[in-house]
Amino acid sequence: MPEHSRRNVLKSGGAAAAAVMAPLPDGPRPVTAPHQVRQAAQPKAVTDLTLEVNGERHRLEGVEARVTLLDALRERAGLTGAKKGCDRGECGACTVLADGRRIKACLTLAVMQDGRSITTVEGLARGERLHPVQEAFIRRDAFQCGICTPGQIMSAVACIEEGHTGSEDEIREWMSGNLCRCSCYPNIVDAVADAAKAVR
Amino acid sequence: MRDFSYVRPDAAAEAVRLVARSADATFVAGGTDLLNLMKDGAEDHALVVDISRLPLAGIEESGGRLRIGAMARMADVALHPVVPKRLPLLSQALLASASPQVRTMATIGGNLLQRTRCWYFRGTGFACNKREPGSGCAALEGRSRWHAVLGGGDHCIAVHPSDLAVALRALDATVHTLGPDGARTVSLADFYREPGDTPHIDNALRHGELITAVEVPLPPAGTHQRYLKLRDRATFEFAVVSVAAVLRTRGRIVEEARLAFGGIATQPWRSAEAEAALRGKPLTERNIAAAGRVLVRDAQPREDNEFKVELVQRALQDVLGRYTGGSR
Repeated sequence: MPEHSRRNVLKSGGAAAAAVMAPLPDGPRPVTAPHQVRQAAQPKAVTDLTLEVNGERHRLEGVEARVTLLDALRERAGLTGAKKGCDRGECGACTVLADGRRIKACLTLAVMQDGRSITTVEGLARGERLHPVQEAFIRRDAFQCGICTPGQIMSAVACIEEGHTGSEDEIREWMSGNLCRCSCYPNIVDAVADAAKAVR
Repeated sequence: MRDFSYVRPDAAAEAVRLVARSADATFVAGGTDLLNLMKDGAEDHALVVDISRLPLAGIEESGGRLRIGAMARMADVALHPVVPKRLPLLSQALLASASPQVRTMATIGGNLLQRTRCWYFRGTGFACNKREPGSGCAALEGRSRWHAVLGGGDHCIAVHPSDLAVALRALDATVHTLGPDGARTVSLADFYREPGDTPHIDNALRHGELITAVEVPLPPAGTHQRYLKLRDRATFEFAVVSVAAVLRTRGRIVEEARLAFGGIATQPWRSAEAEAALRGKPLTERNIAAAGRVLVRDAQPREDNEFKVELVQRALQDVLGRYTGGSR
């Protein structure tokens, strides 16, 4: 018997909405492949775009230019891991990786990321095996309400990759783009330090 | 955000043409300021022209100058091998800005063009001459803790928020642009505008003109450089007061002191008088204090920001004081 939670309900809703942009099977590709020589670009209010999200190619059709990457991930791709906290780049709850580098998904348009490879918190685990940063967050009890956690984890993955974990102060500075209203910072810093050792 | 059209041309000239031909068009590079401005309704554009993928992100050293492509990301400039070594001031200012995520997204050109964080400008329920010319200035009678004590007037007292611009002012940088009338070079000293009675005009760029590069002369070896940023929390915050200093001494004598200030003025602020007060004199606590007094001589503080007059003098003392060798 499937367990129903708010998260499952949200996800199934997202899956229904995402039906038109499910990952493309191998087979016919859209007629406008990126490598084709384009005519001079024409301004469009609604456009089609392709994102590689967590290793899967997603074709998003009929996306308004004003849709942020965050909204496209949540509402079109059904990936609700990246959270919409402030929607102004202040809280960091929407942090994802674009071509391996951390960005705030609320501060970029989906169409600006066309063709890029995006990693969200859903893309970290390998099957049932959690990413070392996810494990460290659990082991160190590095969250309370949890809404900032996906952003914290994505930022931590990048922070470790960038090599900014030399000291507690350095971790605090380089994790400063992610706010935690529960103020779980000491445990977050510990988790990032632990994970840095595990990853390296 | 209101609906708009979007296009990503392949060439800078095409981007310029597209924006120049329509009054309600704009460029987007990193997007980290523009998206917020459009979400808040402080700006409204019918056409957004994406220049973020134009090949303008290179960083090159030649002939004693560093040329930084306008599309170079803040993070990439701050950690470029030449920058921490030869332009530590630039590196410090960039790393004191925003958050790691925003520094990965935001470009050098866009940083210089970010709009003021004045809450009356961003909050569309208030009168603001910068947002809506002729509507008045709510800051004059409002909460002005974050506002300017220098360079303002009866129409606007908004502070330019960029740390990078303050550092580049002290470093005597120039800005390369491409506009409908071709390419040109503008000294950063002539780039920003005092508000006067046209506070809606931030800078010297014409509509459709974009920044293609920033060029910084590399100071001679042995030049001291330092950026000090004072803010309301330890990090990820705009400056209440900041100081950028480029200092060359011979023995105790100041040969050159280039000083730029953020947080206190309507644009990144240089004071020729304060610099002259130090040039040719021994670098002592007393002479630094004299330069600080000259700096704030024409300050027009308000109740909420009066503290900046004292704070900026202390900040200057802190920045230069470490090079006095204890001379009072």
